[in-house]
Amino acid sequence: MIFALIGNQNCGKTTLFNRLTGSNQHVGNFPGVTVEKKEGRIIVGKKHEKEINTVVDLPGIYSLSPYTSEEIVTRDFLINERPDGIINIIDATNIERNLYLSLQLLELGIPMIIAMNMMDEVRESGSFIDVKKLSFELGIPVVPISASKNEGIAELAEQTLKMGRDAIPPKKLDFCSGEVHTAIHSLAHIVEPKAVKKHIPVRFAATKLVEGDKPMIEKLELTDNEIDIVGHVVSEMEKKTGTDREAALADMRYEYIEKLVADTVVKGERNPAQLRSEKIDSVLTNKYLAIPIFLFIMFAIFAITFGPAGTFIGDLFSAGIDWVIVSVRSLLVNLEINPVVVSLVADGVLSGIGSVLSFLPVIVILFFFLSVLEDTGYMARVAFVADKLLRKIGLSGKSIVPMLIGFGCSVPAVMATRTLSSERDRKFTMALIPFMSCSAKVPIYAAFTAAFFPEHGVWVMSLLYVSGILIGIISALVFKKTRYKGNPVPFIMELPSYRFPSLKNVLLHMWEKAKDFISRAFTVIFFATVVIWFFQTFDFHFNVVVDSSQSMLAAIGRFISPVFVPLGFGNWQSSTALIAGLTAKEAVVSTFAVLLGAQGGEVSVALSELFTPISAMSFLLFTLLYTPCVATIAAYRRELGSVKGTVGIVVYQIAVAWIISALFYQTATLLS
Amino acid sequence: MTLDKLKIGQEAIITSVGGEGLLRRRLLDMGLTPKTRVVIRKKAPMGDPIELRLRGYELSIRLEDAEKIQCDIVSEERGVGK
Repeated sequence: MIFALIGNQNCGKTTLFNRLTGSNQHVGNFPGVTVEKKEGRIIVGKKHEKEINTVVDLPGIYSLSPYTSEEIVTRDFLINERPDGIINIIDATNIERNLYLSLQLLELGIPMIIAMNMMDEVRESGSFIDVKKLSFELGIPVVPISASKNEGIAELAEQTLKMGRDAIPPKKLDFCSGEVHTAIHSLAHIVEPKAVKKHIPVRFAATKLVEGDKPMIEKLELTDNEIDIVGHVVSEMEKKTGTDREAALADMRYEYIEKLVADTVVKGERNPAQLRSEKIDSVLTNKYLAIPIFLFIMFAIFAITFGPAGTFIGDLFSAGIDWVIVSVRSLLVNLEINPVVVSLVADGVLSGIGSVLSFLPVIVILFFFLSVLEDTGYMARVAFVADKLLRKIGLSGKSIVPMLIGFGCSVPAVMATRTLSSERDRKFTMALIPFMSCSAKVPIYAAFTAAFFPEHGVWVMSLLYVSGILIGIISALVFKKTRYKGNPVPFIMELPSYRFPSLKNVLLHMWEKAKDFISRAFTVIFFATVVIWFFQTFDFHFNVVVDSSQSMLAAIGRFISPVFVPLGFGNWQSSTALIAGLTAKEAVVSTFAVLLGAQGGEVSVALSELFTPISAMSFLLFTLLYTPCVATIAAYRRELGSVKGTVGIVVYQIAVAWIISALFYQTATLLS
Repeated sequence: MTLDKLKIGQEAIITSVGGEGLLRRRLLDMGLTPKTRVVIRKKAPMGDPIELRLRGYELSIRLEDAEKIQCDIVSEERGVGK
């Protein structure tokens, strides 16, 4: 049997999903959109023979309106896939707004159960919810649970399976009264034949028509005559209720809920979790402290991820990989294997695997912190604080975190856009991330500043970072008017109470991201590394090259180098290093070292023979802006779900890099 | 009176919700329907967006959107309504 898990954001849906399914999860996307679809098997409760019971975790939504891809995906899933039941999770401390979605779900005529979550907090506040009465009034089972305390989960699982087996749709659908009631019922009669033919629940279809829901009108393929009748019925209703169709329905639902809550809930003291939140917020979103605290938290996360702790784990990792490479190499050499094969295995395959794995520590550590920030409720506050700033470039406050992570590593930054609430914001933010200069570019900056601007290292570095941000802002302003025009999703965001993150959630989230990265990025990164190895090792006659200037890669570098003449670095070594930089930005410096036959400090000396200070600066600008590494491209491919979109971003980056560097080089040459 | 004009701590009752499309629907869906009581909790450090309390939870909206919500002030109390 298949069950759909649906609820508002911040109601503990992920925690419940993890409780029900354990680590037995599969993450994918809904077809055509970048809305996440998680599936898992119910593992708690009584084992029911060999029956497989799947839970599908649908996106956190507040309504079934036709406006956002998350809501449309949920509607389509429920109507087209017809799950055996709906598990509607509700935050019992915020029952009114949560029931608003429940009333809409009931109209779908699918067996449904309500999981009344956070009952521990309800008890703590001295409130009381008459679950039996609520269940009677709504005509469906209601199970009190606390997902975080693991209370009532087994009972919920059992009731869910029972619901699936009984397959009794909710008996009661009528929560309306007066004029709205009349309108819904007359439209239900009119559209019934068509709705039945299209397998759309009649009641749902009628309500959506009253609301003026465009996708529903299209789906039902109403004739012009029928559309006229709908229009007539609705305008009658609007006249009599004195309000418009959308407000009339929202009003009706909330009115019913208010009455229901008055009958079933005895409110105690203010929820302690909420009072705690208010105290925490008086510091964290304080007028003067909010921004410094946020910057401090981000700084601390960076310091740990990219500083000593992260570096330690990273170094351990690469030491392990190096050890494997060295051992395998010596083993193969001892076995007197052909040197080309040894090189393929050690320099190609194993270092390919190594470069994939080298991203792992950063991803795991960053997502540990991100998921803590998200689960505690702090992320919503960050969005609240930063919104005004980001709105100016056409985004909302939520984009600040992925963008800041971009300064560390673009891969987790692109992956972190998942938390953004609309597809447009996700794509828009992703397109801007590469402009935040990632930490892997620092060695390039360091090598060049040491060679050309030893006195002004700090200034050159700062200039590069600021240029990246500025060009990002300019790009955003252009995107806002062109590619990502359209309306941004309105910034109407719940500020959930602060809650202690669950270790299980955090660990599962880390594991999910690590798995996701390895499985998706592996092929791309691995393939790219082996290809680059191949071009580096052989010449066009497939002989192993002794002098790296004879390799195919060098030939390709020579071939494309004229493109870089206007930028001031038309030499083949630069082009070759830039190509090698596609695997990972660190490879730029090491490639220069190989091509110039220089070691360590000699690289700077060798570089100063190849570049003038102006062309060096132009080269740095180019590396700042041009296409990020293949790992990032793989992340794009995964998150955008489209090859075209990925190629678009890559081409845009290269074009911007070329134009800016050329402008800089030509102007600077003219002026000097 | 519109919601964006209220001061921190003031409580109001919504009389009508303007705007259109997704914005309006989202406001209604989140419970900002006529006759609902709302308290202004705070403003973001840069003055915008604002934080409201309604129906027992906290919601943040931008001033430009709050401007579309008509309301009547019911109390000047500084503090938080139930």
